[in-house]
Amino acid sequence: MFAYYFDLALRSLRRNRMLTALMILAIALGIGASMTTLTVLHVLSGDPLPGKSAKLYYPQLDPRDMTNFRPGEEPPEQVSWMDGMNLLKAGRADRQALMAGGAVAIEPPDPAIAPFFEDARLTTRDFFAMFDVPFLYGHVWSKADDGNDARKVVLSRRINEKLFGGADSTGKILRMGGKDFRVVGVIDSWRPTPHFYDLMTGDYSESEGVYLPLLTGIDMKLPFNGSRDCWGNDTNVDQKTAQCTWLQFWVQLDTPAKAAAYRQFLVNYSRQQKSLGIYQRDPNVHLRNLMQWLDYNHVVPSDVHLQFWLAMGFLIVCLVNTVGLMLAKFLRRASELGVRRALGASRRSVFAQLLVEAGTVGLVGGVGGLLLALLGLWIVRMQPSDYAALAHLDLPMFLATFLFAIGATLVAGLLPAWRACLITPALQLKSN
Amino acid sequence: MEFGPILSTLRRHKITAFLLVAEIALTCAIICNAVFLISQRMERMKMPSGVAEHQLVMLQVANIGKQPDAKARTEADLAALRRIPGVKQVALVSQVPFTNSSSNSSIRLDPKQKLPTLNATQYFGQDLIKTFGAQLVAGRDFRPDEYMDYDAVMRNVDLVRNRTPSVIITSELAERLWPGESALGKRLYFADIGVRVIGVVKSLIRPSLFLGDDAAQWSMVFPLRMNTDNASRYVLRTDPRDRQRVLAAAATTLRKLDPHRIILKKRTLDEIRSDFFRNDRAMAGTLLGVIIALLTVTALGIVGLASFWVAQRRRTIGVRRALGATRSNILRYFQTENFVLATIGIAIGMMLAWGINLFLMQHYELPRLPWFYLPVGAVALWLIGQLAVLGPALRASNVPPVVATRSV
Repeated sequence: MFAYYFDLALRSLRRNRMLTALMILAIALGIGASMTTLTVLHVLSGDPLPGKSAKLYYPQLDPRDMTNFRPGEEPPEQVSWMDGMNLLKAGRADRQALMAGGAVAIEPPDPAIAPFFEDARLTTRDFFAMFDVPFLYGHVWSKADDGNDARKVVLSRRINEKLFGGADSTGKILRMGGKDFRVVGVIDSWRPTPHFYDLMTGDYSESEGVYLPLLTGIDMKLPFNGSRDCWGNDTNVDQKTAQCTWLQFWVQLDTPAKAAAYRQFLVNYSRQQKSLGIYQRDPNVHLRNLMQWLDYNHVVPSDVHLQFWLAMGFLIVCLVNTVGLMLAKFLRRASELGVRRALGASRRSVFAQLLVEAGTVGLVGGVGGLLLALLGLWIVRMQPSDYAALAHLDLPMFLATFLFAIGATLVAGLLPAWRACLITPALQLKSN
Repeated sequence: MEFGPILSTLRRHKITAFLLVAEIALTCAIICNAVFLISQRMERMKMPSGVAEHQLVMLQVANIGKQPDAKARTEADLAALRRIPGVKQVALVSQVPFTNSSSNSSIRLDPKQKLPTLNATQYFGQDLIKTFGAQLVAGRDFRPDEYMDYDAVMRNVDLVRNRTPSVIITSELAERLWPGESALGKRLYFADIGVRVIGVVKSLIRPSLFLGDDAAQWSMVFPLRMNTDNASRYVLRTDPRDRQRVLAAAATTLRKLDPHRIILKKRTLDEIRSDFFRNDRAMAGTLLGVIIALLTVTALGIVGLASFWVAQRRRTIGVRRALGATRSNILRYFQTENFVLATIGIAIGMMLAWGINLFLMQHYELPRLPWFYLPVGAVALWLIGQLAVLGPALRASNVPPVVATRSV
């Protein structure tokens, strides 16, 4: 039966090419625009570490003085050196890493390549295990290296290709910031989206090219990348003692119970700091998990949301357009449908026949929409935003495009098909 | 023109007429808001910077490791850059408009005030005002003897604590802090350190608009001298035609003075500005694309439905023609019909436009839609409607009267 209806649909669509083309074009444009923006939204609001993100938490403490105090205020978005070190040493979480963004001058071993600056992540070693960073060669520096100003470095795949032609460079010496470093590891391509662990250096920025032990980088006084928020009156510029928050601290807590316990630990820590006279404010802590942290920071650009709404509005116009055209098309065939009804086709089978026709338009429109979405995403990738390069259609979105197109056209076909079923066969036969 | 027959015909095609009205209304509503959004973005891209943009170029340099005699090196750099033919002014500055990297500070009007008045950005660098080409509207520029070394002040704040150093602020910041009064001679406080306003510039945009566009002009300039260790941006002022040549010459000069440094960026301020507003430009482009696509789809929809109606009413048209209606009567009939539908659609569309604007105001901090954007959508749809209906209407007017005598 379906094959027969499908055949009828094709015949009918072929009979009125102009109207068919208009319907398909409208569906394709609407689906193309909405799938483009939906894909961008889907990519940008995705989970950077699926399966792991629920166990990763971002503690916030409030070490500020009372000067600008407003009750109920959010604690700072980063931690100070002192708090970061205290939490790191307490080691209450399953894993923890203290980190900051920096930049370092690299003098390539090959003199033909000019020296260049590269973004660096200064971090303690749990960073790699906690964020499931894949290693291509070697491994992370040792636990002792975190504390002894070790000159060891982990390179990204990109930098390793640039400096060592992609060969296993572990054990090689690399001159950075005027000092000699030993390469201990090379990580594989890794670009979490968003750049969740440090939003201060750009929501969708690329991963850094080199990874150094935190203490090493700080003691070298490398240029700082990120945001530093200070309070109080002193103009102390020493990073370790200044009253400033500028580091990110992440913890891994494997169970909700551990998360609750860690939150209590943060409250107790704040209370203890206050009793020591270091903190002035009452405990004001937050322990958001990764996705909550991204949500709180409104990571997805508002322009992307706006574009999404715009495309949805456009899709609705396209669908209303299709409903109108389909209604015109079905009613025009009133006499043909009248003959079918008179020959014994039930209302239901006429309805089914017309819906198959609508679905066929949807299918073809979906293919057109997919091509337009690919074109749209290509245009998005041409744009100069940080996230532009990420706009790619994945398999779920690919399938969603078709389902969406056919579903939307079926919904659009409901009203016209229903109207066409109401035709009185006798009247149609008589008028001819 | 007779509206009666048109209305009674439309009453017989309620669903189709309703769909057409709905499509026109939605298109009208979206277009009004899209045009408004585009104008907002265009307005934003025109934001004044207060500097001589077309004459400025910037080089950002970085040293590999610490430099022992930064002050002497800086002076040598500046002297060499000044010698490049065509260079009018040179300065080593802490920050540059539109580069998204800035140093900011909370300021108070009274040191005992509990909460700060506002947060403003701070520009440092000798000869900054002259080099940027910022326009003084009151007071004076810094005297050479007012400049202090940034390093020295950071090492020992007492150097400035009791001296009340000078500051130059923008006119917008002055008006915000002391509305209706002259800012000259007034004091500002950074914690317990007071500074005195000695000059007001017309405008000077902050490098990063993280506090929103309303705070864009809250800038201050301090008489602090930078060196290559604590600042990285050389700004050169030259004739617009010489910019590329000067950039290249400056890069060569700096590299010759110290081969062991890296030139991170060398760009004209026009390029930096264009980069800063790239998202706004992209968004305006997207909106324009959506407007065109919407009008196209709506026009095609009207063509489709009008063609259907014409085909359906062939016989009626023939009868009318046979009874004496002229071609232009028939043409006029379909045009009027479209005008009636478009007008109803536009009326509903305007209310919808207002609703969409309320939604956008709530979620995207947009201002209220000014009334004069509504006619823009209306005119666009009337025009598109008439254009789209013309083809089918002409076909209708060509229906010969003899059709009336045939049975289809």
